[in-house]
Amino acid sequence: MERMLSLIAGMSILLMGLVLFNIRRAHIRVEYSVSWLGAAIVLLLLSQWEWGLMSFAQLIGLNDPPVVLLLIIGAVFLMVFFRFSVVISDLKDANIALTQKVAVLEYQLNCLHEKPQATDHER
Amino acid sequence: MIQPRGDNSLMILIPAFNEEGAVGSVIQETRSYHPGLPILVVDDCSADGTRSIAQRAGADVLSVPYHLGLGGCVQAGYRLAYDLGFEYVIRLDGDGQHDPRYITLLLDTLKSSGAQMVIGSRYLDGTGEHTSRARGIGILFFRWFLGLILAKKVHDPTSGYVGVNRQALEVFARSFPLEYPEIEALVVLKRLLFRFEEVPVKMRPRMAGKSTITAMRSFYYVAHVLLGVLVNILKYQGGRKT
Repeated sequence: MERMLSLIAGMSILLMGLVLFNIRRAHIRVEYSVSWLGAAIVLLLLSQWEWGLMSFAQLIGLNDPPVVLLLIIGAVFLMVFFRFSVVISDLKDANIALTQKVAVLEYQLNCLHEKPQATDHER
Repeated sequence: MIQPRGDNSLMILIPAFNEEGAVGSVIQETRSYHPGLPILVVDDCSADGTRSIAQRAGADVLSVPYHLGLGGCVQAGYRLAYDLGFEYVIRLDGDGQHDPRYITLLLDTLKSSGAQMVIGSRYLDGTGEHTSRARGIGILFFRWFLGLILAKKVHDPTSGYVGVNRQALEVFARSFPLEYPEIEALVVLKRLLFRFEEVPVKMRPRMAGKSTITAMRSFYYVAHVLLGVLVNILKYQGGRKT
């Protein structure tokens, strides 16, 4: 149990470091790093708060706190993934709307360019 | 630039993706029946000569910068038609399956019935012989399924040969299903208390290329459409949007 909690604490710190490093390198935007940082902090706190973990295990009727911790890790990451699914869907909708707008504008611009040329030919 | 002419302006919309083998003939055939009719080809970022062939055949071409899929591509055409002020839009597929002879029938039905959408159905008088077995089974299933939801029999729910009036155009310009849009579009209409009619058409084998719906993808198709229909039922507003 002790070793597992230490491992999870280490992984949480590693995750935080990785996220912060990527924010600094501008590979991940701050608003999308919040979910990962939040998840890492929750895991770090749980791994250091054995009494809370035991109490929660008893509350949901499980005798094995590591299993509870794994369940919580799963739940936290599911929430993060779900949030990113929403973000990706929004981005896809925005991309499609922008693409259609660009296509329509390009079409109108081409038509405007063609008009003066046609007028020049007529002269 | 295409422009609406008169009060009952009609635009022909042809979504096309890698249809260089057929799109030119489709445009020329449409022109032969309806000279002077505005034809807009929406090129869904084709890798072949679809765009140049369509332009040479005399159509206006709206090119989307990246591949959107059928729904996104059709919606781009609907948006432009709505912005330009067209009253009616009839969609033909770029592969030559839809015979442009029936454009007049679709348009007349749109005008006379007051329905917001008219579907060219291969199962009313036609035999539907140019349909794969997998698609035929899918059509039977969705015919039954949509009958329950729409409270109206729809013979050819997957037909892309459709005409819409300006009311439906406004709705679809704003929001249109992205993948496999035909069935979901019917549910969208129902949600808004709009009406649709079917008219008999005969469909032909595609002139070139092959269908994107393979046997494997047909399972995804069914799951995707069912989910889309369910989502649209959940969005039911109980009245027509104005």
